[in-house]
Amino acid sequence: MRRLIFSLSTILIFAFYVALNRQSSNAAGNKIAAALQTPTSTAITAPSDPAPSFPQSSPVQSLPPPKKSQGMYADGTYTGSPADAYYGTVQVAAVISGGKLSNIKFLQYPSDTGHSVYVSEVALPMLKQEAIQAQSANVDIVSGATETSGAFQQSLQSALSRAKS
Amino acid sequence: MKETRIIMGMPVTVEVVSDKVKQKDIDDVFSYFRYVDEKFSTYKEDSEISKINRGEVSEDSYSKDMVEILRLSEDTKRETDGYFDITAPDGMIDPSGIVKGWSIYNASKILQEKGFSDFYVDAGGDIQTGGKNSKGEKWSVGIRNPLKQEEIVKVVYVNGEGVATSGTYIRGRHIYNPKNRKDALDEIVSLTVVGPNIYEADRFATAAFAMGESGIGFIERLSGFEGYAINRNGIASMTSGFEKYTND
Repeated sequence: MRRLIFSLSTILIFAFYVALNRQSSNAAGNKIAAALQTPTSTAITAPSDPAPSFPQSSPVQSLPPPKKSQGMYADGTYTGSPADAYYGTVQVAAVISGGKLSNIKFLQYPSDTGHSVYVSEVALPMLKQEAIQAQSANVDIVSGATETSGAFQQSLQSALSRAKS
Repeated sequence: MKETRIIMGMPVTVEVVSDKVKQKDIDDVFSYFRYVDEKFSTYKEDSEISKINRGEVSEDSYSKDMVEILRLSEDTKRETDGYFDITAPDGMIDPSGIVKGWSIYNASKILQEKGFSDFYVDAGGDIQTGGKNSKGEKWSVGIRNPLKQEEIVKVVYVNGEGVATSGTYIRGRHIYNPKNRKDALDEIVSLTVVGPNIYEADRFATAAFAMGESGIGFIERLSGFEGYAINRNGIASMTSGFEKYTND
């Protein structure tokens, strides 16, 4: 009898635990579903946000396309003037080799890391998370959304005009 | 052979790994991007898209590429619950969110048709890779730290996939979720998507970025896509299969 009561209560506790868990994961799931279905939950929509759209959305459109780039620039590294993005200053340097633009270096960029507090309660529980960490910059290609900013283009334009041979 | 030019207001880089590549091959790719810019730039008065927005072109005389882009935009809007929409509140259409990935993918096909298999095409940080790099390895693609531009915070190794990053660097303009004010703390500032090609990766990166924090969950549910989202506190969330790309 004691054994029976013990196993029954174990089962009951387990069932309660499962029910509790399910409830909380359902709540998370519903929240995501709601967020997906009601775009009104935030003011963000794809077309109105300038960042992910085409770079032409930048205020600086006057960048002259190099006609024939061969021999257009003299080799060297040219520093562009600092340009104001309203959240900070952007400054780049253009590296020219063989008369062509071969690299763009960031000299100044706003590095506001914001609050250091880590609030995890609204994070997706099933996805792995990590704090980002600097890696070796020795890569073939870089993926990022920076190059579309107006300040970037402004600084680059001034660097390239200095590089003109 | 590798070259960068500024087209459509952004650096476009083409690298082809082959003994046979000629300057003309690279030039052809850049010419294609210029053609796309002439047709789809909303900043060019005489582009087809500007003419359409001014009501100067009847629908039956749209070019073949325009018809295709409008169709792809409609498809993407449907597939993303309306998060991807090329129609602005003022009724003007701006298909640039779909044109970028589409044109990078088409540019890579130009190289393939010329017989090249090892290359990449990078337009403003959105990349289509093909084959291997000059060392015979997979292409290594660094994800830029959205909070500190000179830094790479993750490296993915790809051969043939597309890698697209959507992001914002705007500070001070916090968009609050009215239902949960804490959302602003976790605001996503960068979302990188690895997909079967850059057209697919780019359109879903754009849409998922607009979804804010739930965007990474959207990518998680798409089969064949992996994602890496970084919030403004420097905390990254990755999809469950993302790490298959982080080992070379």
